[in-house]
Amino acid sequence: MELFVFVVAAAMVLAGAIGVVTRSNPVHAAMSLVLTLFGIAVMFVVHNAHFLAAVQVIVYAGAIVVLFLFVIMLLGVDKAEDLSVEPITNQRPLAAIIGAGVSGILIAAIVTSRAGRGPMGTGVNETTVQSPDANIRQLARVIFSDNVFAFEITSVLLLVAVVGTVVMARRAKSVGTGK
Amino acid sequence: MLNLVWLIPALPLAGFLLIFLFGRVLGEPRAGILATAMTASSFVVVVGVFLDLLSRPAEERHHVVTLFSWLPVGSLHVDMALLADPLSITMALFVTGIGSLIHLYAIGYMHGDPKFSKFFLYLNLFVFSMLMLVLGENLLVTFLGWEGVGACSYFLISFWHTRDSAATAGKKAFVTNRVGDWGMMVAMFLAFSSVGTLSYAGINAAAAGGKIAAVTATGIAMMLFVGACGKSAQLPLYIWLPDAMEGPTPVSALIHAATMVTSGVFLLTRMSPVLHASYPWLGDVIATVGAVTALFAATIAVAQTDIKKVLAYSTVSQLGFMFLAIGSGAYVAAIFHMVTHAFFKALLFLGSGSVIHGMHHEQDMRKMGALRKLMPITGITFIIGWLAIAGIPPFAGFWSKDEILLAAFANNRLLWLIGVVTALLTAYYMTRQVIMVFFGEAHWNDHAEENGAHGDHTPHESPWTMVTPLVVLAGLSILGGAIQLPFSHNTKFLEHWLEPVVGHSEASIAGSWAEANKWLLLVIAVAIAVSGVVASIAVYSKGKFKVIEPKILADAWRYDSAVSAIVGGPGRAAFNGVAAFDAAVVDGAVNGIGTEVRAASGLLRKMQSGLVRSYAFVIGLGAVALLAWFLLRGIL
Amino acid sequence: MFSVIQPTQTWYLILSAVLFGIGTIGVMVRRNPLIMFMCIELMLNAVNLSFVALSSQIADISGQVAVFFVLVVAAAEVVVGLGIIVSIMRRRTTLTVDDMSGLKG
Repeated sequence: MELFVFVVAAAMVLAGAIGVVTRSNPVHAAMSLVLTLFGIAVMFVVHNAHFLAAVQVIVYAGAIVVLFLFVIMLLGVDKAEDLSVEPITNQRPLAAIIGAGVSGILIAAIVTSRAGRGPMGTGVNETTVQSPDANIRQLARVIFSDNVFAFEITSVLLLVAVVGTVVMARRAKSVGTGK
Repeated sequence: MLNLVWLIPALPLAGFLLIFLFGRVLGEPRAGILATAMTASSFVVVVGVFLDLLSRPAEERHHVVTLFSWLPVGSLHVDMALLADPLSITMALFVTGIGSLIHLYAIGYMHGDPKFSKFFLYLNLFVFSMLMLVLGENLLVTFLGWEGVGACSYFLISFWHTRDSAATAGKKAFVTNRVGDWGMMVAMFLAFSSVGTLSYAGINAAAAGGKIAAVTATGIAMMLFVGACGKSAQLPLYIWLPDAMEGPTPVSALIHAATMVTSGVFLLTRMSPVLHASYPWLGDVIATVGAVTALFAATIAVAQTDIKKVLAYSTVSQLGFMFLAIGSGAYVAAIFHMVTHAFFKALLFLGSGSVIHGMHHEQDMRKMGALRKLMPITGITFIIGWLAIAGIPPFAGFWSKDEILLAAFANNRLLWLIGVVTALLTAYYMTRQVIMVFFGEAHWNDHAEENGAHGDHTPHESPWTMVTPLVVLAGLSILGGAIQLPFSHNTKFLEHWLEPVVGHSEASIAGSWAEANKWLLLVIAVAIAVSGVVASIAVYSKGKFKVIEPKILADAWRYDSAVSAIVGGPGRAAFNGVAAFDAAVVDGAVNGIGTEVRAASGLLRKMQSGLVRSYAFVIGLGAVALLAWFLLRGIL
Repeated sequence: MFSVIQPTQTWYLILSAVLFGIGTIGVMVRRNPLIMFMCIELMLNAVNLSFVALSSQIADISGQVAVFFVLVVAAAEVVVGLGIIVSIMRRRTTLTVDDMSGLKG
């Protein structure tokens, strides 16, 4: 059963990834991205990271991709990009080499290491919690005790990002031409 | 009292600073009085130190006063320290003594000069530098004074700098001295590298103890001699001294007769153990250069018409005698002659200054004559100085010159002969000068109207400030020989006094033919001197023989123009070559590095294409490389 | 048949590596800035996947905590990045990344 789930999810992920890279229409590329994100969410569920799967779908697929689509529509860049011509010489073969290199090295590292040989764990420390929603409980326990400082900083980061972007992207009326 | 040695240079330095700050306020004549008072009180301190040294036994006459640690750099430790020993106190005695007399003289001589205070400013600075030179405990303090007197010489020679010739003379003196200074610096480097210290005690002890190799000692001594040639105006670096007569006469008297030019002699005497430890041929070289210079300058003096130029060449000649003595190993004789020469040469210069002052700044001897009646004191003192320098007994110059000739005879007969001929010429040209200036017919009225004379410009005697030093110096010229009379062992005061300093390296003439027959040599010396005087009287006063003053002698053997031609012609070409080398190779190398860096960065600049995807590619490339390295290292 | 082979942790990690490589290629090949951004999101997702896989392998919840924060920061990053793109491309919408070569030395 797990094999079947793996194969289907992997297919979704790879199909979406290749779609993002190869589709010339940006809206199509965004849709492919959504496919990838859903596949990743499925894999999260397989690994008993239920909370993260939900968050992935809500935040990533639901907010970030929608934001992408908003910008695409706002700027009107939904016209297709011409993919047949590559202005920088040798960029595509070199990109292929780099991509293959990165993945190859990582795969080599994975294969030669001793981790990941055994069966999958459950993602839950069975001895501490007994209830069905143990994943959220355990996650919350760690975030709000050991990592509360990082949590607070991250929320400040979000605030700063939003304020900064608003300031940056508005049309300045008094300075003259928008910048 | 010995611990107050530091006061000796400090007083003139204080005078310098006071005049520097308040010179304009003090004005004439208070600035001069202040300067004279400072130098005179320094003399008093020197006398005190001298008496203190005398009261001690001979072995203890060596006192060092360390003021502060000057250069503690790595293995080089140089202190600002002063050494009070017989040699330095002897020098300090006549530097401050004659210095104060000349300061007094200058108050009268420089009367009315707009830069009166500045003159005394420089004079005090000079006395300070000279005292540092002679009192220094190590080569570096001496070098400080060495350079200081060179600088003051430049300032004072070009004192009337609005005159082109004065400014040029000052530069010439400074540059020629600098050539000699190179020798002294190399000597210092050699001394430090071989002995490890610059102090006289250390170097002389090492030389006396045989710790310096003969080669090194010869190198050091030879370089010191080069420095001495520059400062003491020997061939080939004497050319600055005649031109230095552009300065006011007190300057000529102090610097170019009594003190600065003797620093070369002083330095070699101070380093006599090193000289003694070098190869014997170096002594011969020094003696030969001294003797040849003496003869050379004496021949030129015979044909000079400027009253001060005669004395300038005479100074060069007498300095040659001193180096002849040093080269023959007779350091005591050299110091003796230095002292007596200081007396009578200062006297002669000050006397000539009095004449010039009385003649309203006329310096050509052909326009003088029969001045002894109008300037009686100047005349009598000048005549005493003349007798001293001509070597007529019992005046001071005779005794010292005879000592030198004795030592030269014991060392090298040929050099003795040159010395004798020079003594003859000395008597000849000095008599000539006296006759032309003080006797004969008066020529000062000959071109009076042409020279814009107004009213009665008959020469007059100088004021008391100028005449008093003349009288004092005349007395010293008469009595000065008493410090080293050759009659017996007991009368050789100077030799006993200087024993701790030069005793080890003094060449002994005991048992030689010269020592046994010294009375014969003494008689020969007297005869030579008298014949020179008689010949000159015959030529210039009685008119019995024709006057022989060849033009080439008047032009100083055209040596000056030869030097200018060499330095200006091939010399300048060489200098331009060196400058071109510096600009092309040295600067070129430095600039070339800059150009290469710019070219390389120009190549690298092409990497900045501005395209984000290229940058992304490079980032990816770096990441792949890093990951591969981690993988291969087993970290991943 | 399917139950014979169990997918091990290695498979997930290899998938994550492949996804990362595809994302890298995409960043270097595409010229539209928005699509380049999406490829960067692909790379982030690959990393998230490997975090979660390893977290379940060693039964340590810290991996999922890391993913949580990556998610938040990625969101902030997208906001700022899109703001930049909007302010640059506001006037001329046909701009590609190659045209924004103002950093050319």
